[in-house]
Amino acid sequence: MRIFDPHIHMTSRTTDDYEAMYAGGVRAVVEPAFWLGQPRTSLGSFTDYFDAIIGWERFRAAQFGISHHCTIALNPKEANDPRCAEVLDVLPRYLAKDGVVAVGEVGFDSMTRAEEDAFVRQLELAVEFELPAMVHTPHRDKEQGTRRTLELVEASGLAPGMVVVDHLNEVTVDQVDAAGCWMGFSIYPDTKMDEHRMVAILQRRGLDRVLVNSAADWGRSDPMKTVRTGEAMLAAGFSDDDVDRVLWRNPVEFFGQSGRLLLDQDEAVDTTATFEGNSVLRGSRD
Amino acid sequence: MTEISPLAEPDTIRAALDDAGRERWTRMTTEVGEDPTRLGRVFPAAARQTGRGPLPGTDGVLIEDAVRVDLVRSAASTLDAAALLDELREVYRYGDSDEKRAVLHALNGAPADVDGSDVLLDALRTNDTRLVAAAMGPHSDRLDDDAWRQGVLKCLFTEVPVSAVTGLAARADRELAEMVTRYQREREAAGRVVPPDVQVVLDACAPTDPTPRDS
Repeated sequence: MRIFDPHIHMTSRTTDDYEAMYAGGVRAVVEPAFWLGQPRTSLGSFTDYFDAIIGWERFRAAQFGISHHCTIALNPKEANDPRCAEVLDVLPRYLAKDGVVAVGEVGFDSMTRAEEDAFVRQLELAVEFELPAMVHTPHRDKEQGTRRTLELVEASGLAPGMVVVDHLNEVTVDQVDAAGCWMGFSIYPDTKMDEHRMVAILQRRGLDRVLVNSAADWGRSDPMKTVRTGEAMLAAGFSDDDVDRVLWRNPVEFFGQSGRLLLDQDEAVDTTATFEGNSVLRGSRD
Repeated sequence: MTEISPLAEPDTIRAALDDAGRERWTRMTTEVGEDPTRLGRVFPAAARQTGRGPLPGTDGVLIEDAVRVDLVRSAASTLDAAALLDELREVYRYGDSDEKRAVLHALNGAPADVDGSDVLLDALRTNDTRLVAAAMGPHSDRLDDDAWRQGVLKCLFTEVPVSAVTGLAARADRELAEMVTRYQREREAAGRVVPPDVQVVLDACAPTDPTPRDS
């Protein structure tokens, strides 16, 4: 089982996690820029964080045989603090980098005007930098937040296939599916989704445009939940190829649209057999 | 106005790129030659616009490093030492690890009137072995003795081969030998393996003090 975790916050995880993930088959990750638990109050703490996820964390992951990518954005929660607004001005510096495979996490937390302004501005940046967007959906009033999210995506002009709407569940999946966006599911020990509910959704609607992630961070979460989902799929009768599609080829296809994936040659060889184009090849041209 | 040594010969780079890569490389080189302030804009995409990975015909040079150093060469041709340093500091400050490493390689080919030791010290504060190794190249002759010795010791700690340290034999001194000997004793006391490079450094120190003693 080869696994690409398309949403995990490795700066909050230990080297034990890296070792366990590698042993479980994880070979690539995407680390979205997000809220760190303690609200930030200045531009400098954001740029140091962005530098860490394009620098040190990428190096750290490589020591454990895992290709690390990231997404860069001002997250919805901190978009509400005017002291953080200037983060939007420095994003272009980061969005041109190799290994920055999307704008994200953007979206809504409390559905405020400030959040919507930052969200719209960052969808514009995704269009400008030809990057996919990773959209967080709120913990509270998720259904309404998802609906407004899809309206803004449509208005942005960003193709639905360039957008993953994340943290979905049984209630929100169908509207995202109908919009043609990618569907992200976070498998958690006791909130969001679990691996068995995930399998049920896959049985109901199929495997295309689905991304399964652990979204592991500093909270109660488990970086092995992608592995557990693969095991649950096999136990439910899905084939090895089905598991490979959901847990490897789908994220490679989605983030490959950035032209900025950094996958080792041996991993990419297999990938090209199933994914047209060579944009995922390390050393590729775009 | 400032001449930077290439990391690889242009013909070697050219041979490693395909037609599209060569064309983009030329376009980027021309762009920064005409306007050196564009360096920070072209640097991030340089690898995916040209190529990546080991450069055939060289001893461990990467294509992306050679291309980026060439871009610095082009920008430097119209800048004096101070203006070039300003540009390199900006590119380094906002670069990812690959870009930072390329800036360090460019500094390693810089003439005597360029002093980017502040950039080297930043690299030596990281634990990224690729940056540490590049920071101990030829430009490390700008570091003061204390910083340089700490750099050598950091190589031993982080398992960067000391073959990356330029001028080791010429600069290694009694104080470095004492530091390394203390490091060796600490390893032995803990029952841990002493890296072979410890002896390499001690041998390099030997001409100035063949029998380093503990202080």
